[in-house]
Amino acid sequence: MQVSPVVATAPKSADAGTAAVVIEGVDKHFGSVQALRTLSARIHYGRLTGLVGPDGAGKTTLMRILTGLLVPNTGRVTLAGYDVVRDNDAIHVASGYMPQRFGLYEDLSVMENMRLYAQLRGMDSDRNADLFAELLDFTRLGPFTMRLAGKLSGGMKQKLGLACALMARPKVLLLDEPGVGVDPVSRQDLWRMVQALTDDGMAVVWSTAYLDEAERCESVLLLNQGQLLFDGPPQELTAQLEGRSFRLEDVGAGRRSVLTEALDLPSVSDGVIQGAGVRVVLRDGADVAQIQALADRTQVHLAAVPARFEDAFIDLLGGGPGGTSALAERLPPVELDSEVAVSCRKLTKRFGDFTATDSVSFEVQKGEIFGLLGPNGAGKSTTFKMLCGLLKPTAGEAHVVGHDLRRATGAAKSRLGYMAQKFSLYGLLSVRQNLEFSAGVYGLEGGVRRERIEEMITTFDLGDWLSATPDSLPLGHKQRLALACSLMHRPPVLFLDEPTSGVDPITRREFWTHINGLARKGVTVMVTTHFMDEAEYCDRVAMLSRARLIALDTPDALKRSAVSPERPDPTMEDAFIHLVESADREMEAAA
Amino acid sequence: MSGSIFSLTRLQAQFIKEILSVLRDPRSRMVVLVPPILQLLVFAFAATLEVRNVDIAVYNRDAGRWSHELVQRLDSARFITHVRHVDSQRHLHELIDRGDVIAALAIPVDFSRTIAAGGSGRAQVLADGRRSNSGQITVAYLSTIAADVGAEVVPDAQAPNPVVVRHWFNPNLVYRWYIVPGLTGILALFSALLITSLSIARERELGTFDQLLVSPTSTPEIIISKSLPALAIGTLLGLFMVSAGVFLFGIPFTGSFGLLLASLVLFILSVVGIGLMISAVSMTQQQAILGAFAVGVPAVLMSGFATPVENMPVFLQWLAQAIPLTHFLIIVEGSFLKAMPPGDILASLWPLAGIALVTLTMATVFVRGRLQ
Repeated sequence: MQVSPVVATAPKSADAGTAAVVIEGVDKHFGSVQALRTLSARIHYGRLTGLVGPDGAGKTTLMRILTGLLVPNTGRVTLAGYDVVRDNDAIHVASGYMPQRFGLYEDLSVMENMRLYAQLRGMDSDRNADLFAELLDFTRLGPFTMRLAGKLSGGMKQKLGLACALMARPKVLLLDEPGVGVDPVSRQDLWRMVQALTDDGMAVVWSTAYLDEAERCESVLLLNQGQLLFDGPPQELTAQLEGRSFRLEDVGAGRRSVLTEALDLPSVSDGVIQGAGVRVVLRDGADVAQIQALADRTQVHLAAVPARFEDAFIDLLGGGPGGTSALAERLPPVELDSEVAVSCRKLTKRFGDFTATDSVSFEVQKGEIFGLLGPNGAGKSTTFKMLCGLLKPTAGEAHVVGHDLRRATGAAKSRLGYMAQKFSLYGLLSVRQNLEFSAGVYGLEGGVRRERIEEMITTFDLGDWLSATPDSLPLGHKQRLALACSLMHRPPVLFLDEPTSGVDPITRREFWTHINGLARKGVTVMVTTHFMDEAEYCDRVAMLSRARLIALDTPDALKRSAVSPERPDPTMEDAFIHLVESADREMEAAA
Repeated sequence: MSGSIFSLTRLQAQFIKEILSVLRDPRSRMVVLVPPILQLLVFAFAATLEVRNVDIAVYNRDAGRWSHELVQRLDSARFITHVRHVDSQRHLHELIDRGDVIAALAIPVDFSRTIAAGGSGRAQVLADGRRSNSGQITVAYLSTIAADVGAEVVPDAQAPNPVVVRHWFNPNLVYRWYIVPGLTGILALFSALLITSLSIARERELGTFDQLLVSPTSTPEIIISKSLPALAIGTLLGLFMVSAGVFLFGIPFTGSFGLLLASLVLFILSVVGIGLMISAVSMTQQQAILGAFAVGVPAVLMSGFATPVENMPVFLQWLAQAIPLTHFLIIVEGSFLKAMPPGDILASLWPLAGIALVTLTMATVFVRGRLQ
């Protein structure tokens, strides 16, 4: 990527390495909630600094303190030499801030938004022409200047936000979760742009909940519950884990039970499924003997693999949860008449003259974990919604456990469970009332109903929280409650719509432990996700792009398809980008 | 656990959920509790078309008996708080200009003399045209007083009031007697409209509406469970206003309570249908509240509460017939003061039933339409 001229006036390498931001003993609380606890850190010019942590870690609070939008309770912060409280006006000139939620006017076009920002910054319009051309070129938004901002895709919105934040040629650029809602292809673009900016000496802060993004930063501030867990280059942290990460290669069909066994070993602190393999992290100082024994017993090869940032994060928090799902233990195996749990044929959905899903067909076997992946606007949530009966297809048909979703809606719906993105729970009802409601709405009565509710309370350890509201629950418990509500009627098919977005890695692991357990009992799981590493849990993945099904295979096979001389061991994200880009090329060639 | 259209278990679960949501949501709670108290106070005590507590200016250049008589009568008139005596025409104008007085009376030098000579005395009344309605009413009051004075001057002459007006049903024209029964309808309208229009929008904001749509529950069940809380609360509020009218304001209730209750229920059902339609098309609670007011306020204005339906253009008169409040106002006002016979009530009851049927059906269609 060429070095951008946009930042020509940003501080040159003279200041590179000196502190752009100095944070000294900052505390911030909102009522009784402690958002930041005595935080001290430095952020340097010419570097990409990752502000990493799960939701609720305090990332946004810190960002807003840095931009002078919030005043810390104690401690002080300087940005580019200015005190954020005393020299508030200077801060707005020295920093560019891109908020988490799209901070632009949806009813104005790209160009109008940029003009407005320039005027807000008090810039004269003669000079704007050059700068605008530069910014449009830099963000590759040139062809879309007349489009309304509200009609842009997630990735393009972020680029426009970036262009507006760069308008005043800031010394420090603060990006609050720019990767959220952006597909891997657009994310790649954003990384490239930020790289060009730091090369020119700008200090860039990128906050993120994705731990894989942390590895791409030059320096990382790792936050958890308002506390700074680590400050330094990510490699330094991962290096501490060296020699503790292993992969059981090609375990195949038995991988879920192998993972459960591995996680229940005392020497294993963390484990996930990676395609057909199982990746484990050993506890500090633990011996490799136990896991080697497991590998020998299952007759698979045990390979040492490089440590990841996520391993280190989980390790800092004391390891992941156990491998046995109390929920799945209690569940009777699912009996179905047919081996096909979900199927669709030539499923099509049009909104006006826009085709959201174009003739998609596949079959999902009983007990399979089936993933739907795709860039934003590729039609994955439209397809998903048609499969669980939230949208009516324009053409084609969808069946759930043999019921046609068009005709036998009631019958089909009583056989499926659904868990939405934000854990759709009734915030005004207590935990027990939420459980009662979902039991009732699925028609459970009398003894069965009481029994099931009690069962869910014991399984998910919700006993202490029964009269609390869902919003006051810790995230992990909230997720358990949402899962309990969607499984109350013991559905043979479970639909999960981005079930773990915004959830910390430990809670995500606990969640997948349950899902793996359910799949072993024969529950079919349909899942959409933004996390590429979560796609690895799936038996098969359907990849959608531009409303069409472009690939359908096991995660390993998809990764193999992306193997090239430069990329001998591609990740799921590499595979995703490769598949989307080659599908786009084919489309263009055909056109 | 079947795919039937109706299940009491599912309905019960949803009903409990709805009631709890309404009572625990601060916004809904406010809709339920604050307006009745506020409206009761505002409308019953402040909003009135009578003219009271006004000041009048008098510029009296006559020192005779009759002007003295006239001023004394003004002094003792109950609708006047102060009679302000001024000594120049200019001062008189100033008081009106500043809005200190609603009207001014200028009595010429020869007022009493003319009367004594057997002529008719003339005095000038200046009214504040910026407050045209109150001004006109004041002028009418003043001419009554002047006529009374005239009657005293020539006691043998023909009666000053050739026509004696008697107001039936509300002989003293007590304004509250008219307004409080009408409030019953307005209050029930807004509470039912707001509760229902918030209900689906709230669930959509929470994301629970999708959860509900993927469950085996049917659209009629959703509609019924969302109607019942509004129906219960709206009916209770309506009854509260009716009892406030009877016991607090002493308005004679002469009609049939049973028929009034039946029409109240039908009226609220028709409003619930409108509220659910608004809710089905709103993406957020904010949109729902705006939508409810955008529909509710014109409905009140056109219902005949403020201005008679007969005075509107024919097209709007037809439209007014489609507003449930129009029919309900006829019934509730009739039940309070007129002892409206059941036959007449039924004449307004069946349009209510028709509107309820139409709006609830459309609400079902709208909610089902969310499934596209």
